[in-house]
Amino acid sequence: MHEKSIAELSAGLRKGAFSSLELTQHFLQRIETLDPRLNSFITRASETALAAAKQADQRIRQGTATALTGIPIAHKDIFCTQGLRTSCGSRMLDNFIAPYDATVVARLKEAGAVILGKTNMDEFAMGSSNETSWYGPVKNPWDETRVPGGSSGGSAAAVAARLCAGATGTDTGGSIRQPAALCGITGLKPTYGRVSRWGMVAFASSLDQAGPMTKTAEDAALLLQVMAGFDPKDSTCADEPVPDYTAFLHQDLRGLRMGLPVEYFQEGLDAGVAASLEQAIAVFRSLGVEIQDISLPNSPLAVPTYYVVAPAECSSNLARFDGVRYGHRCQDPKDLEDLYKRSRAEGFGPEVKRRIMIGTYVLSAGYYDAYYLKAQKLRQRISEDFQRAFEQVDLILGPTAPSTAFPLGEKISDPVAMYLNDIYTIATNLAGLPGISLPIAPVCGLPVGLQLIGNHFQEARLLNAAHQLQRHTDWHQAVPPGFA
Amino acid sequence: MPWEIVIGLEIHAQLATQSKIFSGASTAFGAPPNTQACAVDLGLPGVLPVLNEQAVRCAIRFGRAIQAEIAPRSIFARKNYFYPDLPKGYQISQYELPIVGKGQVHILLADGTRKRIGITRAHLEEDAGKSLHEDFHGYTGIDLNRAGTPLLEIVSEPDLRSPEEAVAYARKIHQIVRWIGISDGNMQEGSFRMDANVSVRPQGAETFGTRTEIKNLNSFRFLERALRFEVDRQIDVLERGGQVVQETRLYDVDRDQTRPMRTKEEANDYRYFPDPDLLPLVLEEEQIARATADLPELPDVKAARFRDQYGLSDYDANLLTSSLAMADYFEAVAQACDNPKLAANWLLGEVSAALNKADLDLEQAPISAEQLAGLLQRIEDGTISNKIAKQVFEALWRGEGPTADAIIEAQGLKQITDRDAISALVDAVIAQHPAQVAQYRAGKEKVLGFLVGQVMKASRGKANPQQVNALLREKLKA
Repeated sequence: MHEKSIAELSAGLRKGAFSSLELTQHFLQRIETLDPRLNSFITRASETALAAAKQADQRIRQGTATALTGIPIAHKDIFCTQGLRTSCGSRMLDNFIAPYDATVVARLKEAGAVILGKTNMDEFAMGSSNETSWYGPVKNPWDETRVPGGSSGGSAAAVAARLCAGATGTDTGGSIRQPAALCGITGLKPTYGRVSRWGMVAFASSLDQAGPMTKTAEDAALLLQVMAGFDPKDSTCADEPVPDYTAFLHQDLRGLRMGLPVEYFQEGLDAGVAASLEQAIAVFRSLGVEIQDISLPNSPLAVPTYYVVAPAECSSNLARFDGVRYGHRCQDPKDLEDLYKRSRAEGFGPEVKRRIMIGTYVLSAGYYDAYYLKAQKLRQRISEDFQRAFEQVDLILGPTAPSTAFPLGEKISDPVAMYLNDIYTIATNLAGLPGISLPIAPVCGLPVGLQLIGNHFQEARLLNAAHQLQRHTDWHQAVPPGFA
Repeated sequence: MPWEIVIGLEIHAQLATQSKIFSGASTAFGAPPNTQACAVDLGLPGVLPVLNEQAVRCAIRFGRAIQAEIAPRSIFARKNYFYPDLPKGYQISQYELPIVGKGQVHILLADGTRKRIGITRAHLEEDAGKSLHEDFHGYTGIDLNRAGTPLLEIVSEPDLRSPEEAVAYARKIHQIVRWIGISDGNMQEGSFRMDANVSVRPQGAETFGTRTEIKNLNSFRFLERALRFEVDRQIDVLERGGQVVQETRLYDVDRDQTRPMRTKEEANDYRYFPDPDLLPLVLEEEQIARATADLPELPDVKAARFRDQYGLSDYDANLLTSSLAMADYFEAVAQACDNPKLAANWLLGEVSAALNKADLDLEQAPISAEQLAGLLQRIEDGTISNKIAKQVFEALWRGEGPTADAIIEAQGLKQITDRDAISALVDAVIAQHPAQVAQYRAGKEKVLGFLVGQVMKASRGKANPQQVNALLREKLKA
């Protein structure tokens, strides 16, 4: 059952080929036996999952099921789940149980999805390898000596290893797309404002966006359908109608214009990855897509801009973790300052501290104009690059990450090398655009991701192009050998 | 050396909204600790602020009342600092683009002249919680009921030149926020708090002296006393050849002095930046029009009208517009009794004194405008004297009757104007006081007062005093 897509599982549930209870038990069993190798889950929710599965079976019998009713999924441990620990991969929140569900969680629950547990992640979503988690690194199911990518590494590995039918992730600079690429699954980062951020622990509020991580584009459409939409609890959430993503999947691609940014195909891109991209581009061409070169001249500024904006926001967003009301508190503080300093020193890991310090610095009096304000201006220019490009093309095509999964430990002590992993994904967050990563031809047995970027609220078009590629190729069907 | 005092005030007015500025929790005062703090107020992970439209409406109304520009686009910013009663580690405020821009008010100085005081800006922000240092045996208690309460911070230009002017300005702002219904201005409950920036400079100097800031003054009396102390202190420092240190000071009520809280070097770098959780606040003309459509006639305008329409002095017109309730009460009485000056005198005299004595607000007065007008009409038409009127007023206050007429009737207080009746009383008094009558007739005119008093006493105050006076003179001449 675990090899089936959500669309197939949904059909099977309705036909009565199997029950949600059976399906849920099956996935829980797989997690039990296989996850010790991967460490993709922080918290399992077996009991509540089985209860939810029974309820889902009832709903299916009553004929009130949705496409997601009874489908076992996992949530990145950044989404607040009422009564179920939300650690955000940090010692700081090791003991935190939210009294509310994130909007994403609530909507998926309402649709009848079954929550198997909470997946591992880089601490507070800061990292590209899942090595900054307080709960230890996640291993890539394709090669357990390698990283799964990050920060949504647990969700990516769990979906790739077929430990759940699909998962949620969040993407601030590539945290859905890059691990999706490294683990060989489909990951969509929607337009900023498409999905509510309520109940999602904030890293960088102007960049964070939740999205689906699945085996197929069709599954991503099914999840996004439920996750997307206006939420009065999030002032930055767009009051924009949600199209029927599934209906759009089957549209013909003839005449669709795709642009290849020359800046994305220069040095720094692994030759094997480039060759895989060529193969996929050839498929798109054969489907009638018009391919042309475009330029995003400010691309080289994306990483430096991001590493001012994101830390600035994070330094403020993480100030609430002070040991006063919830979360980690040091033993026997001798006064208030000691309480703050030790609670935060013990509760946060090195990468989080690094970003808080950078962020505090760039917002400080005397540095604000030179860093924060400058970064905001560059952000505007990066956005304008994309808008110019979308005058010529409908979608932008490029690599998701510069290489395949790298070995555990290789980049963890070299932050800049780590940051460069997101070189192709960061600009879309700065511009608020939707992007999707799709598995294409592997290199040396390791998955490779192709990224498509669309204009604001063009998720339907992205999913359509992705689905058409998947209809005509089988790269997305590959399963890591140890997890068949 | 003569010194010039320079003062600017920052006033925090708590806005009269049902719920908090960024959450749905109640803002009611006095609930048990932490019962009015929801997930947003507690700063739990993943929660987000949503702006309260009523708070925006309040700010717009204030902007209009001080003739300020209301920003078509304003920005919420985060002010970052750590404090246990600041749950998010930052306060959401407005920094570079506030909702209300430059405006002005006019204050009345002691010499009767009016002075324009500039207002730099007014911006929306959330309040912090409260730290409770007593009763926790070495620990600090945190009450987050107040966290997220909407405030309007009103910043004046450094236009104030004395503690008295500062108080007049603060009272003006207090009057306006209550008048337009955006704050209850309750100072005991902390709904109206003032910070004062003070400096002194040699008379005629062009640059400002080094200033200190006195934080958290919650009464006009303390404002004045703190400023007096601080001005004297600064002058003293300078005259001894010292320098004023830029610092934040607190006013100690018990010792009547200010003392340092933190110096500039210890001051926080608040690292303001636009709050990415909130979109820029964009106001359409139509929204501004809607928020200000039912603004009442403003106090200065009303005072001017009272002066012109009812022939009142500037001073009285000003007092009668100290609150909207007072102005409305006055106007109702003035129109019903058709003698505005009499109405003004009674309102500022008897009524105010009785309210003070009973420690009541005008809204709680046991006498309605209609009842007071009924009383004043009886003075007007001579039914009762001023003296008896006071008696009737007290009876009305105690609720001894529904109207002045009913009390006059029931207690037989109607003025005696019948010539024969008064004549009989006068005759009796003349007969009873031959010695005084002889004195008067010998030219000691002052004795008349005594005799009038005796007649009034005999009538139990009801005789018309003018008539008594005239009749006595007439009869004594004979």
